Amino acid sequence: MRTLLDFEKPIAELEAKLDDMQRLADENNVDVRDAVRSLTENILNLRKETFLNLTRWQRVQLSRHPDRPYTLDYIEKICQEFHELHGDRTVRDDPAIVGGFADIDGTTVMLIGQQKGRKTKERQYRNFGMPNPEGYRKALRLMKLAEKFNKPIVTLIDTPGAFPGLEAEERGQAEAIARNLREMCVLKVPVICIIIGEGASGGALGIAIGDRVLMLENSWYSVISPENCSTILWRSWDYKEQAAEALKPTATDMLNNKLIDGIIEEPLGGAHLDWDDMSNRLKERILSEIAELEKVSPQDRIDARIEKFCSMGFFEEA
Amino acid sequence: MSWFKRTVKGIQTPTEMKREAPDGLWYQCPNCKKAMHTREHKNNAYTCIHCNYHEKIGSEAYFSLLFDDGKFTELDANLRSGDPLNFTDTKPYPDRIRSTEKKSGLKDAARTAYGKMSDLDIVVTCMDFAFIGGSMGSVVGEKIARGIEYALKNKIPFLMISRSGGARMMEAGFSLMQMAKTSARLAQLAEAKIPYISLLTDPTTGGVTASYAMLGDFNISEPQALIGFAGPRVIKETIGKELPKGFQTAEFILEHGFLDFIVDRKDLKDKLASLLKMLA
Ligand SMILES: [Zn+2]
Repeated sequence: MRTLLDFEKPIAELEAKLDDMQRLADENNVDVRDAVRSLTENILNLRKETFLNLTRWQRVQLSRHPDRPYTLDYIEKICQEFHELHGDRTVRDDPAIVGGFADIDGTTVMLIGQQKGRKTKERQYRNFGMPNPEGYRKALRLMKLAEKFNKPIVTLIDTPGAFPGLEAEERGQAEAIARNLREMCVLKVPVICIIIGEGASGGALGIAIGDRVLMLENSWYSVISPENCSTILWRSWDYKEQAAEALKPTATDMLNNKLIDGIIEEPLGGAHLDWDDMSNRLKERILSEIAELEKVSPQDRIDARIEKFCSMGFFEEA
Repeated sequence: MSWFKRTVKGIQTPTEMKREAPDGLWYQCPNCKKAMHTREHKNNAYTCIHCNYHEKIGSEAYFSLLFDDGKFTELDANLRSGDPLNFTDTKPYPDRIRSTEKKSGLKDAARTAYGKMSDLDIVVTCMDFAFIGGSMGSVVGEKIARGIEYALKNKIPFLMISRSGGARMMEAGFSLMQMAKTSARLAQLAEAKIPYISLLTDPTTGGVTASYAMLGDFNISEPQALIGFAGPRVIKETIGKELPKGFQTAEFILEHGFLDFIVDRKDLKDKLASLLKMLA
């Protein structure tokens, strides 16, 4: 069963009508080609109208669509081979972050991403995509491995935040994230970071320091989720739509504010409607960015990466 | 996340002011409730002479405690917050800034100064909790980054004193990227092998802990300071039970291996100078 967001329902109703029409026509041997053509056109128009005018909150909803592809889905679609590598070598393996060497059309990359689960059991196993410190430490271990063998790094970000649990604090959630921020700045290989769904705060940033930081069209990236922002600033869960507008967390917002480097467009209606198309777009972009970045020397890449992040900020100086 | 609640409280109660007696002569310790002369309290590095409670002081007090004869030169004093997102919640962000400026007498939540500490050159960036809960926006990030640049250029040690609820929500994405910016400059400081001391004071949480505050060559703290990534309320809600006693105190963080040492504020200057002299 497909999951439908509110604003997807009118389109789905028309699609159901089209199915009915075609079935009836087949059963009764009637020519309905004109009606089908016109209804198909209506569907396309409604889809365009809906998706070209999404509110920020609607995009946040799309970023969490239960049918949206996750890290392992992209790996399945774009990698000819993938060797998953586990563990932080200190405490344990964190299933909320996966990573390993991957072959993408003959190019070897270190692919690391946050992983959500789709069914209840898997969702719990992946901790809803909320990493513990071990996840960040595993990610850094794998990045250093990539650096050692001179392979580019690709990270896929999709998290509602780093896990705010008791053990996570005991084992240094803050230290793990902080270390990644500093170490990723000076990695000698190209680093491409792509927000594929949710990019919530330090938990996202902890694997998102790169030469290129890109966002999928219907992802969000900010310092806090609209719901939590609403709870804190408005003292109620009910202002999430206003909070989403205020935070300006969409790909377009972030690009306009020069806080990311680019946007990867999704198929009309969202990534969840066409995994193959979306995966292809992602793959093409990854390969073209790697090719561009490999033209630059490691030291120049590092300098540019550092200066890019250091230029981010907005203030007055008298 | 949760840390912001503290923040708002912080704006409304500038702690140092409220606890002073009307004539300004007496200080009542909020922990043991005992009174002492304000001068006595100040001479004890703003710590209680009875129970060692460390009052939450700001940049002015730290600068006067650390720099020889209280003499220092402030850097980048003219940076002020903009409003990059036209952010309005229950009131517009610029109004919040202006009223906080008035109340606190500060321009933002961090100040940077250089000078001599026991005859050693040092750059210090110190956060001020009185300014929107010490929240980290573009000005805080920029001041820290420039403080580090000054340390790099002049090859002198950098001391960061954190006291913050974390991110400044009203700068959203800009606030988040200050974590990246400060960490990037610290990466350069590390490559240049210039000492970086991070002092985490009560409270240090959220994105501040998860960036520059945890990246010291020496991570140090004051007794009983609250240090964490997530705030206690959020963790309590997540695990659905009470938190153990002493959770997220400096002593807890030391025990779990994320602090080098805890130092009484009245010993801070001497201990840092002694440590830095060994490295020189
Ligand atoms: Zn006391």
